[in-house]
Amino acid sequence: MIEARALTKDYGAKRAVDDLSFTVRPGIVTGFLGPNGSGKSTTMRLALGLDRPTAGTIAVNGKPYREHPAPLHEVGALLEARSVHTGRSAYNHLLALAQTHGIPRRRVDELVELVGLREVARKRVGQFSLGMGQRLGIAAALLGDPQTLLLDEPVNGLDPEGIHWIRNLLKSLAAEGRTVFVSSHLMSEMSLTADHLIVIGRGRLIADLPVDEFVRRASKKLVRVRTPQAARLRALLAGPDVVVASDGDVLEVSGLTAAQVGEEAAANGIVLHELAPQQASLEEAFMELTREDVEFQAGVREPERAVA
Amino acid sequence: MSSVVALLTPVGRVRVTQPRVVRSEWTKLRSLRSTLWSLVAAVVLGIGLPCVFAAVTSSHWGGMSPHERADRHPLDIALAGVNVAQLAIGVLGVLVISGEYGTGMIRATMSAVPTRLPVLWAKAAVFAVVTFVLMLPTVLIAFFASQAIVGHIAPLDISLSAPGVTRAVVGGALYLTVLGVICLGLGAIVRNTAGGIALFAGIFFVVPPLMNVLPSSWNDAVSPYLPAAAGRDVFSLTAGAHDLGHWAGFGLFCGYGAAAIAIAAVLLVRRDT
Repeated sequence: MIEARALTKDYGAKRAVDDLSFTVRPGIVTGFLGPNGSGKSTTMRLALGLDRPTAGTIAVNGKPYREHPAPLHEVGALLEARSVHTGRSAYNHLLALAQTHGIPRRRVDELVELVGLREVARKRVGQFSLGMGQRLGIAAALLGDPQTLLLDEPVNGLDPEGIHWIRNLLKSLAAEGRTVFVSSHLMSEMSLTADHLIVIGRGRLIADLPVDEFVRRASKKLVRVRTPQAARLRALLAGPDVVVASDGDVLEVSGLTAAQVGEEAAANGIVLHELAPQQASLEEAFMELTREDVEFQAGVREPERAVA
Repeated sequence: MSSVVALLTPVGRVRVTQPRVVRSEWTKLRSLRSTLWSLVAAVVLGIGLPCVFAAVTSSHWGGMSPHERADRHPLDIALAGVNVAQLAIGVLGVLVISGEYGTGMIRATMSAVPTRLPVLWAKAAVFAVVTFVLMLPTVLIAFFASQAIVGHIAPLDISLSAPGVTRAVVGGALYLTVLGVICLGLGAIVRNTAGGIALFAGIFFVVPPLMNVLPSSWNDAVSPYLPAAAGRDVFSLTAGAHDLGHWAGFGLFCGYGAAAIAIAAVLLVRRDT
């Protein structure tokens, strides 16, 4: 369980996280989505007590992270920025972290095996590929058998097999009743992994809802119709909230449901060869939702805000 | 669906404790090549240089003027290595913590120990013990080896039991140990390897000669209190007119170490990682 309440963080004059409140529940995978620079990594750093909030709180498993006597047992984290000394071997990296909590050495061996790093465990991490670095980060996150997992862009740099592995791992960890909070700037990745979404832009909450509801709300509803009498149907469908695009015998109608289009056609004796509701892809829905925030990053000035 | 993670060895009764953080820091220190090379350099130079100086002195003794001979002191030869070993120990002291900031390891470290201070205490303790345990034999071997080379020359023959000699030789190791802790504090304060090393070099090698620019009354009043001068008191055989005294100087040097660690501790808790 992760609970952010009015969480705010300024770095100098820049507000990275702005009055953010959300709850990440156990038992499901929650995606944390936002364009690059929207405050996802900052939120995760605040959750881990690496940075202190300017205002508000963020608690994991009921307390601020720093107050847990065995933090690695509460939260396993994979940060986006590398958090490993490049001169140390993967094995010694994990061992040093395990020793702070008295985690048995055997568990370190098992995790090295589990994430597929056995053959390179004695090599220095500086020689690792991005994907191997991610696997090491996952092993570190799982060291303390944490109730909550906090993973920043975990599939970055992984090959398809690795991505598949992470997805299944996250789902099974959630199925065990753990809290799994995964950030990404790729909606398509989230659609395959997450059950619930928290979307932020410019450090502010944009959406907090189940994945399918997110798509339903954010996407423009389109109905695709194919008919030999396209021009006539188009004229019949016209209305104040209806937009129709045509391409030969195909119409793309927004503002009406497939049922409404079908009934209109039947009432006027128009033959339909195809009638299908079109779901916008998650990626489109996400881009639609965060468009303003991306535009802001391209240089639009934010109105001045009083800094608490 | 149950993940393979649930089948791993259970973590047991986990909890962060100071001894566990010490064990972790010991693992970190011994598992980096930079540590091993710096310490090997400190040992090799600490023993090798006195042997070289002893050999050169021994072979040139016959041709030296009485004045030049009077300038040679066997302890200066035995402890010549301390002056060079301090470079290796100082740089390593900075690196012990700045290396974590440079690579991002600090985020993993502070996530594991979010109260942070146990990490600083453990780093300082582990590094101090490792330095002293290695440097004490180094200075003792340097002493006996250089004596074996120059001891046949009567004015250069000196015994550990002579007044102040044991204190000076052990003092060489004590000096290096506290110097390492000061540098670890500097590394924690500036959080950057280049900056930490520059600060170390500035304090120990740049500022002291600059004091000669001051009027000599000022210089005499200030210089003995500088870290480098105060630290040297413990391994110099005789105290100069303006020196603080062997143990008073070393006490002040330890005070500098405590101050560096204290400032580092305050900043470590206050600053974002």
